[in-house]
Amino acid sequence: MQRIQISDLDKIKDETLKSQHLSEKGPLRAKVTVHMGTCGISAGADKIWDTAQELVDQRNMRDILLTKSGCVGYCCHEPMITVETAGLPPVKYGDLKPKDVKKIFEDHILEGTIVEANRIADDLPFFTKQVQFVCKNRGLIDPEKIDEYIAQDGYKTLAKVLTEMTPDEVINTVKTSALRGRGGGGFPAGVKWETCRHAGEERNEERYVICNADEGDPGAFMDRSIIESDPHSVIEGMAIGAYAIGSRQGYIYIRKEYPVAVEKMDAALLQAKEYGLLGENILGTDFSFDIEIHRGAGALVCGESTALMASLEGRAGIPRAKYIHTVEYGLWNKPSCLNNVETWANVSLIMNNGVDKFTSIGTGDVSKNPWGGSKGTKVFSLTGNVNNTGLIEVPMGITLREIIYDIGGGIPGGKKFKTVQTGGPSGGFLPEKFLDLPVDFDSLDEAGSMMGSGGMIVGDEETCMVDMAKYFISFLQEESCGKCIPCREGLRCMLSILENICRGEGQEGDIEALKDLSRVMKQSSLCALGQSAPNPVLTSLQYYQEEYEKHIYEKKCPAGVCTALYEMDIDPELCTGCMVCARNCPVGAISGEKQKPHKIDRDKCIKCNVCYTLCKFNAVKKV
Amino acid sequence: MKAELTTWESILDRWQNRKDFLIEILQDIQDEYSYLPEAVLGELSKKLDIPLNHIYEAATYYKAFSLQPKGRFKINVCQGTACHVRGASAILNSFENMLKIKTGETDENGNFTLDVVRCIGCCALAPVLTVNEDVQAKFDPSLVPEMLEKYRKMETESPDDATED
Repeated sequence: MQRIQISDLDKIKDETLKSQHLSEKGPLRAKVTVHMGTCGISAGADKIWDTAQELVDQRNMRDILLTKSGCVGYCCHEPMITVETAGLPPVKYGDLKPKDVKKIFEDHILEGTIVEANRIADDLPFFTKQVQFVCKNRGLIDPEKIDEYIAQDGYKTLAKVLTEMTPDEVINTVKTSALRGRGGGGFPAGVKWETCRHAGEERNEERYVICNADEGDPGAFMDRSIIESDPHSVIEGMAIGAYAIGSRQGYIYIRKEYPVAVEKMDAALLQAKEYGLLGENILGTDFSFDIEIHRGAGALVCGESTALMASLEGRAGIPRAKYIHTVEYGLWNKPSCLNNVETWANVSLIMNNGVDKFTSIGTGDVSKNPWGGSKGTKVFSLTGNVNNTGLIEVPMGITLREIIYDIGGGIPGGKKFKTVQTGGPSGGFLPEKFLDLPVDFDSLDEAGSMMGSGGMIVGDEETCMVDMAKYFISFLQEESCGKCIPCREGLRCMLSILENICRGEGQEGDIEALKDLSRVMKQSSLCALGQSAPNPVLTSLQYYQEEYEKHIYEKKCPAGVCTALYEMDIDPELCTGCMVCARNCPVGAISGEKQKPHKIDRDKCIKCNVCYTLCKFNAVKKV
Repeated sequence: MKAELTTWESILDRWQNRKDFLIEILQDIQDEYSYLPEAVLGELSKKLDIPLNHIYEAATYYKAFSLQPKGRFKINVCQGTACHVRGASAILNSFENMLKIKTGETDENGNFTLDVVRCIGCCALAPVLTVNEDVQAKFDPSLVPEMLEKYRKMETESPDDATED
């Protein structure tokens, strides 16, 4: 691949679109896209690809274009493909096995009959309620082919910025858009860029731009998906930001647990460099900028900016106090602008589509103050006890009810909604009364939770709120860097109290102790990990205190989760003796003859819940 | 030991002997040796001119690193929030019972190491676990015996081949 000039962008676009054009007359008649994000691969997308490849090869189908892309976000129905035939709209198929792919080739591609059994309609609320802005290329382009990104007008915005705008004009545009950080802090990106630029100019120092792709919040995979599907959108955003700030060097910090994302971004950077879209004299201009990847090594706290920068320097990722801002003294003590993946991915879209289009979506009034509202869209990973789990992009201001019931399809198994958790370990739990809350930075803050990076986990009636609080505190206690006493010791104390409560050893004063520890940690922890760690406990106490009281005073877990507070039992009136539970019990704790009521040996039972999950007659109970 | 030194030297070359790539270098050493051998860390300290205690600090700070060898099959049961609400604790419980080890330990044959991870970003297909590079989605405690049997068979059939199919 050779370095390109600005005029080559349109040529590449035209040639690529032409090479993928479908016509009844050929040469290409149909296109099959296999969606291969990490979710898809874990569900078997690689076998789907192999099957499709075999079919094309065996029948020498030269008029079929077989290609890959990232996921389309409907993860619960992976593996998925999209089939497009000349003159007809594309059709999505999901829940595929290799034999289904063969049927789709026979029926749809060769004979024009859609296979309804696996078809996924486009007019489902899951799709129609979303807004594709940052995710506009997902499912459409092969992330390992830069030409396909360029065919969707990729890097045109960078070209326009470098040749028609000054750095100050770029900063003013981003400031006016009121783009707020999508990593969870919600800090206005334009203000950050401006401060970083000024700090660098005052001290005549180099500046760095950094992309935070650590995504440590469990339950969140928005950044993984953006990088796997559309890595160049992040590169282009960083290049525009670097131009505005006056930076020559950028870093992308990706968590080690995302090997596919690392691979895709690596390939994208290489291709961008080959085309001269990174490196010296980009697109023939005076602007030079390069990016390198550093992988995380399994530390939640490295999602915090000062810890991340320590890790970039090859040190243990221990945070420092932030009364000295990293935009002034950051990586190697130089002005550093750190933004989240989704924030960078928004940049070229705002520059290209204009501020008005961006601010027409969302809530509040940002004309005088960027904190006055939440504009644009937000990508969420919707997971947990909800029918349609996946990756969604919605306008700021949509309600929780619309997300969970319209897009999410409600709660599976006929169970009742109990809670929705947002903001990861720094966020909180919201009960049913908040279902009509508009989702934006400030509304979620006021309710006691926070937007966070975009993890949204739904809990049903079998979610124990005390167990969930214990889960988060246990996680944070392991992840605490240990530097400051409030976080290190506070989390240890909170965990001990919560473990006692879940074991049936809770006592009078525990709730007050949790609240007191929370207050101290919020006020005096060194960094945001410790300061926000009490949030899950505080919101669960605020909205679900009676559940704590049942654990402490009655030694009962109403949701049937805390294993010390229930025993498994089989109701002899309901048991049909089908033996399914006995055959599947991993420790042989269930005995009984065919068609006679079974019994559980409580001494052997490890409460793995396999019998509870498998029983079709609701005969297995937690008592 | 001489052959192993050559391996770590090539890792250093890959990362241009840069101090700021220490975390990357340690990751590749961990992948190559399945742990961080003390002798190798000592050599890194000399080559990169970083005090050994700084390297030890990084080696013991990040969860990706281990100072003890891992088993051939590294089972990482995801305990992320989405996996947790879908029963990940019960899966971990099942593995501990069947392997007769606690989380963080390696079985007596050195075949299986049981660890937790939070999270690998497959939340929509929870519960999830990985065995080396292989991701298994929508897992269930009832699948544990069959899964362990499959890997035990692989160990018997190809004891020197550490790659998954």
